[in-house]
Amino acid sequence: MPFKLEPRREPNRTMLYASPVIAVALTALAGLLFFAALGYNGTLAIYDILILPVIDATHWIDLGVKAAPLVTIAIGLAIGFRANVWNIGAEGQYVMGAIAGTGVALHAGGTEGAWALPVMCLAGALGGALWAAIPALLRARLKVSEILTSLMLSYVAIQVLYFLVRGPWRDPEGFNFPQTRSFTDVESMPILIDGTRLHLGIPIAVLIAMAVWVVMSRTLVGFELRVSGLAPNAARYAGFREQRTVWLALLVSGGLAGLAGIFEAAGPFGQITPNFPTGYGFTAIVVAFLGRLNPLGILIGGVVLAVSFVGGELAETSVGLPSAAIGLFQATLLFLLLGVDMLVWYRIRRIAPAIAPSAAPAVVRSAS
Amino acid sequence: MTLDVYVSIFMTVVIAATPILIAALGELVVEKSGVLNLGVEGMMLCGAVAGFSIATTTGATSGGYLAGAAAGAALSMVFALLVLSLSANQVATGLALTIFGTGVSSLTGRPFVGKTVQRLGPLFPHPLSDHPLLRALFGYDAIVYLSLVLTVAVAWFLAASRPGLVLRAVGEGDAAAHAIGHPVIRVRYAAIAFGGALAGLAGAYYSLAVTPMWADRLTAGRGWIALALVVFAAWRPWRLLAGAYLFGAVMTLELQSKAAGVGFVPPEFLAMLPYLATVVVLTLIALRGAGGQRAPACLGKAFRAGG
Repeated sequence: MPFKLEPRREPNRTMLYASPVIAVALTALAGLLFFAALGYNGTLAIYDILILPVIDATHWIDLGVKAAPLVTIAIGLAIGFRANVWNIGAEGQYVMGAIAGTGVALHAGGTEGAWALPVMCLAGALGGALWAAIPALLRARLKVSEILTSLMLSYVAIQVLYFLVRGPWRDPEGFNFPQTRSFTDVESMPILIDGTRLHLGIPIAVLIAMAVWVVMSRTLVGFELRVSGLAPNAARYAGFREQRTVWLALLVSGGLAGLAGIFEAAGPFGQITPNFPTGYGFTAIVVAFLGRLNPLGILIGGVVLAVSFVGGELAETSVGLPSAAIGLFQATLLFLLLGVDMLVWYRIRRIAPAIAPSAAPAVVRSAS
Repeated sequence: MTLDVYVSIFMTVVIAATPILIAALGELVVEKSGVLNLGVEGMMLCGAVAGFSIATTTGATSGGYLAGAAAGAALSMVFALLVLSLSANQVATGLALTIFGTGVSSLTGRPFVGKTVQRLGPLFPHPLSDHPLLRALFGYDAIVYLSLVLTVAVAWFLAASRPGLVLRAVGEGDAAAHAIGHPVIRVRYAAIAFGGALAGLAGAYYSLAVTPMWADRLTAGRGWIALALVVFAAWRPWRLLAGAYLFGAVMTLELQSKAAGVGFVPPEFLAMLPYLATVVVLTLIALRGAGGQRAPACLGKAFRAGG
């Protein structure tokens, strides 16, 4: 090979922020070629997926509606990913949050009180956090991989949701459809601009991003979490306890996923149906990486993914692109991002024609 | 009559266990080389759809299995390129592989929803394969026996062969293996390709024998169960065999109870069983303290030889 990768002494800051942009561009190119190869109008598809939702202001509120849950979940996940805690079961915590919040609404018996929504949201966050507490307990106490347990519990949560909407929570006046009754006005997320879908969850997602950014970059807890991920040995030496990190990362990410869940249920959905688990918990993983695991970056990452969702629907009607293509598009984006990220940690060097043989091969580990 | 029922249930357990066993065997070899590939589910889905599409369009079911294995191996090379040559994070790349495989399979599988496929016939001839009792041993298709042969082969390969020793060395101490001249990256490429091929084959067994049909997200988390099984087996092939049959039994229990209409248990709770069982099993293993210590020392860590 005429080229080789040479590790950099420290990550290249420019590449760190340039690589998501390069990855989006490469994904657009790959998507264009792939969709064209499948027989669709590739140029129009990519225009609809990535450009149209951004330049056409009528789609902006939809972007916010889609981005809010992704951002809220991804911020929590990123806290964990930075600390080497891999919560990939956000989908389950999102579902459990919606279930817990809805449970409060259904069992409070159609109250008119203004406290209904705040209590539902609190219950939602708690529901998500409790669901994440199971993998946290198992990892902190027994070193069971949170990757596997959190994911397995997602499948369980979705089954719990199916059971509730088909059984005990089914709306008696719902013509036997498996769905809960619609939330009342006091139980629903307030709409900020009449006649639109712009709900309170959208500004809250932005506030959460800013708050977490301050905590992660300016406080000891944030420092502790970052060090635990980057240099576990140093963290132990400094007296940071691994168990605490695991609990913190999972409870916060579970709580935020739960909050996103009840926001969606009491917001755009207005009830719980079997279609409620839409995969936001998984897409949020892509958002977290695209946003460089940084809360403010995640705001942008969330909007990019929201663009692809809204644009995907546009491309579905304009060129007949199947909805599954968007999932593929998003996964390709993550793949290319991870590949391009190599340039953050390594530089590409041309190997000189003749190299003096080195005495012993040295080994360099990348931080992972 | 009752005996017939027991034989049938036993055979269902074996068939349910076979794909998880195959996928887990592949992942075991990958992890023994020091790489954690979380993309098993994605590779299984791609194997399932590739196998099903080839089998339905050509009519050759065995060709479907080959296509499934090839699809899994091809997809695994994307993962290998990223984590081995470009030093990408293994957890993130594995997750990306699963999301990618899910997308590819549901996009390419759309024309095949609702189609049927000819199952592979029993491997053994007529009097053995449909004998009321002996069919419990001789009544399966070739893939079931292949999974057992693969178990023996992987166990032998890791324990007694020279390349197996090199693979374990690479997984336990990549720097040392590199220093004495073993090609760490090449060994890992080979291991990942093998794991991918087996995951694809396992997926094809799902769409061509277990269900047999194609539906979106057909494997429903079985790839993740295979990953958990490797931990459960403490990276030992023989315990993998036991674990796979245990999970086959749990999944059969779910199906049988649904079919028998166990009225007092809602079907949703039965559907949770395999996932809950996975969590419980991982917990029990950890309680016995047999888990973590047996993991290959370099599992999940990037390696790069510098000059």
